[in-house]
Amino acid sequence: MVKLVNIADIATIIRSKNAKPFLFTMDIFFDNLEHYEEAVKSGVINKKLIAQMYQLENEDKAEIYNFAQAWAIKITIPRTVASGGIGDTDIYGAQQHAPLYSIKIPIC
Amino acid sequence: MDEIRVLTPNGSIGSGFPEELLEEGMRRNPHAIAVDAGSTDPGPYFLGKGLPISNKMMIKRDLEILLLARDKNNIPLLVGSACGPGTKSTLEWTINIVKEIAKEKNLHFKLATITGDIGKEFLKNAVKQGKVRTFESAKALTVEEVDRATNIVAQMGVEPFIEALKSKPDVIIAGRAYDPAIMAAIPIMNGFDEALAEHMGKILECGSMAAEPSCGFEPILGTIRKGYFLVEPMNPKSKCTPKSVADHSLYEERNPVKAGLPAGTLDLSQTVFEQTGRMTKVSGTKFVKDVYTIKVEGAAKVGYRTVFISGVRDPVMISQIDYLIDGVTKNTKAFFHDLDEDFQILFHVYGKNGVLGKAECIKNALSFELGLIGEVVAKTQELASTICGYLSHLSMHFDYPGCKATAGNLAMLYSPENIDVGEVFEFNIYHLVEVDSPVALFPISFEEI
Repeated sequence: MVKLVNIADIATIIRSKNAKPFLFTMDIFFDNLEHYEEAVKSGVINKKLIAQMYQLENEDKAEIYNFAQAWAIKITIPRTVASGGIGDTDIYGAQQHAPLYSIKIPIC
Repeated sequence: MDEIRVLTPNGSIGSGFPEELLEEGMRRNPHAIAVDAGSTDPGPYFLGKGLPISNKMMIKRDLEILLLARDKNNIPLLVGSACGPGTKSTLEWTINIVKEIAKEKNLHFKLATITGDIGKEFLKNAVKQGKVRTFESAKALTVEEVDRATNIVAQMGVEPFIEALKSKPDVIIAGRAYDPAIMAAIPIMNGFDEALAEHMGKILECGSMAAEPSCGFEPILGTIRKGYFLVEPMNPKSKCTPKSVADHSLYEERNPVKAGLPAGTLDLSQTVFEQTGRMTKVSGTKFVKDVYTIKVEGAAKVGYRTVFISGVRDPVMISQIDYLIDGVTKNTKAFFHDLDEDFQILFHVYGKNGVLGKAECIKNALSFELGLIGEVVAKTQELASTICGYLSHLSMHFDYPGCKATAGNLAMLYSPENIDVGEVFEFNIYHLVEVDSPVALFPISFEEI
């Protein structure tokens, strides 16, 4: 039976940071290889979701990378304002991951 | 040489490290101490102003311990991006501290200085010749933007360090550098694999962040051999695990498996991480050579900022916060309409969407208490201060529907309530420039201290 699990229940780390001044990058580390693989296989974390979540101009602005060695999915998006520019509200990009908590992953 | 051991005391000079853990590292007889001292992370202000990102007392503390340790073991100390944006001004500031320490501790050494500032004429010519590549800023560089920048630096790769090392300096203090290059230079100079050396540098440059428990303020040792390298935290209670080291590959990177270096791309897709005692062994990292590019960074002044910091607790006012912000913004713009093009008004509402702004997914949820920060950016400090003074006073007494609290809308946090913050900068140059020589832009000078 498949059940929907809150991502926070199967992730040990959910974080964000600048990837240099013009990008935000979000990392989700899963608690084991199985959960990582199920998350990747489910395709729940996709460009469309991230584009909606972060109000991106289009889906192609979202980059999603799977990194099996670390049981991790990385999401990188452009900043609307470069770090420290007028209107920036998160110089280090350290609090941009919060919307990711709403993700649910189907687990068998 | 079978192996090269590089000791990195922490993720950035000035953030401190436990002295006994550095001693632990020195007992391993490292061939060099290598450490980063700067970053763009704290934003464009420091590059724009040419100011260090850490305070002198902390920088001096870290540097003094490192200079004494290197003197005792007679090994080179390499410092990159000194100290902050890595401009000529912060480089000189760092060298003055180095000289101060040398005098106080009666230390003598050969000092190499490598500057990383980029001349505007050079960069303008590169723009005209089509040698400037646009990448993450998504905005092509123009001659006008080059002129707007107050400071421009370029990240040097391993080559200028290697060039300096040929003259056998004891200490190298360099301007803006690609962080891993500081740690990778000596291994590459000694013929070790470029991909592994750069990857080792990428792990070492954050101190023991790649360890478990993760700590950027503790020393880490990298040992490179033929075909692999080992990383080991100097805190005996920590260890580097395949997971912790692999995890670190994601940190502050756009892509976990591909990292852009000046000379090409580091490819981690086939990298293998294995446990060896408290160490992790890393192999399989590849390097794909490309046209040599340097990353240039510049910051330009965009105005002066004045802010006020306040809180709101009145439930009616909280429900009308958008009405108030819209009203006071329009009113202030109308009042100073002669200057309309010359200033910006921004509000940050903590407890509503202060962090995520438009991307905030929780709509219409308001806290029982809001943090309200008003901000004005204008062409001069006097203007910003004047407009913000008007704005804060208006916000304090602005009428909104259902208002019962007619004596004041805001709990002002400070006196004076309007705080002049100073100059505001933006990163206006963040581009790659194709260069013929990896060393020509980074002049090296030597001095006996």
